[in-house]
Amino acid sequence: MEDKQYMDYIHTHAQKSSHVTTLVWAFLVGGLICCVGQAFGDIFKVLLPNWEQSKISALVSMTMIFLGSFLTAIGVYDKIGIHAGGGSIVPITGFANSVVSPAMEFNKEGIVLGMMAKMFVIAGPIIVAGTVSSVVTGFIYWIVELIR
Amino acid sequence: MKIGKQTYFLDNKVYIQSAYSLAGPYEAKGNFREYFDSVMEDDEWKCKSHEMAEIQMQRYVIGECLSRVNVNPMDCDVIMGGDLINQIVPTSFSARDFRTPFMGLYNACATFGEALAIGSTLVNGDFDKVVCCTSSHYATAERQYRYPLELGTQPTPESQWTVTGSGAVLLSKKQGNYPMVTGYTVGRVLDFGLTDPNNMGGAMAPAASNTIVTHFRDTGRSPDYYDMIITGDLGRFGRETLHYLCKKEGYVLDNLNDCGSLVYSDEQKPGQGGSGAGCCSLVFASYLYKKLIDKSLKRILFVPTGAMLSKDSALQGESIPGIAHAVVIERED
Repeated sequence: MEDKQYMDYIHTHAQKSSHVTTLVWAFLVGGLICCVGQAFGDIFKVLLPNWEQSKISALVSMTMIFLGSFLTAIGVYDKIGIHAGGGSIVPITGFANSVVSPAMEFNKEGIVLGMMAKMFVIAGPIIVAGTVSSVVTGFIYWIVELIR
Repeated sequence: MKIGKQTYFLDNKVYIQSAYSLAGPYEAKGNFREYFDSVMEDDEWKCKSHEMAEIQMQRYVIGECLSRVNVNPMDCDVIMGGDLINQIVPTSFSARDFRTPFMGLYNACATFGEALAIGSTLVNGDFDKVVCCTSSHYATAERQYRYPLELGTQPTPESQWTVTGSGAVLLSKKQGNYPMVTGYTVGRVLDFGLTDPNNMGGAMAPAASNTIVTHFRDTGRSPDYYDMIITGDLGRFGRETLHYLCKKEGYVLDNLNDCGSLVYSDEQKPGQGGSGAGCCSLVFASYLYKKLIDKSLKRILFVPTGAMLSKDSALQGESIPGIAHAVVIERED
């Protein structure tokens, strides 16, 4: 049997994820996480009427990051992720999960070379991509302002 | 004695005098729960890390395998085995506690087949007692090949679950009511260009098919010569693929089974089934060995399969080569 033929066999016979289930789960869980965030925002507004909106937003982010980290630490977030997929990866709680989970995993190799060094193995690319794209955007913005 | 291209028959009798299996807590809920000799109550097993737990698993399994038949580790000629972790640390570290000569092996998940082949050849020669042992651990393999345990990733339908478990056997010249290793076919590394590290069944099936078909061509035997042909960790999809590949070569394997597909029950749903270097040794030392001892199986072709990838090779875009060794295990009567 030729390699090409075999690859065709594998591609036609291998089980594929169902798009419908995957998308519905991601939508529902992702939406739920956002609703929780929104609810915290509304509660904070009532509790702290003198705070500006930007401070409230920061507080909501911090709360959600804490919740993501906490659920990771007690071993719940990965179980949500099995069904939710992108729904639990994309919100800020997923970012917390991607930092906390390697920190827990590599803690055994010591605080400095284990936990600290490997904390960003998953989140690192996101930070790099975020930083680089913001620099590029800033540069474009600067050029456009100069021309105007 | 060499038969055909890649097959060897042993001239002397090599008995599998003892076997011992240790299963993780998740495996203990699977299909073979009543066959395991002992079960770990949790994944860490009172050790500092999962790697330490895997070392402890091998040490325990080898010790129990020998003490079951009252053999002192110092009376063994060599301990050989392997696992999936960097520099096969669990195996080598477990061997430092025995005052027995040691040989480390690596053939990914087919290591147990490699150990049986080499071990039986040694016992066929001048060696008297050889211990073969492999292990794998879900948590150490996840870290080695994939992501941190607590990361919320979604498994693909083709993925497999690394078995936490270990199995050891003692090969010896001592006669008795034991199954024997009577021959083996050494497999080739085969690569059909699959690059998806989540579909290891598909990557290993061509190697398994090649080894099995070569075995039949070399020996002139047909599949029904064996009570069971059992592969290592192809998983359900890999097993179907192997069946299809062998059929194309003119061999219909009606008695084909797969340790990985069998080890978990249907309710557990871990993707395609179990995988790992400990998968086939665990199933062999528990279910298969007990079936061979009580004579409900008399002749099996045991084919551990391995996918020879590393995390780096997969990231560098290399395809996944597979390997499989076929070991003939039969009873005298």
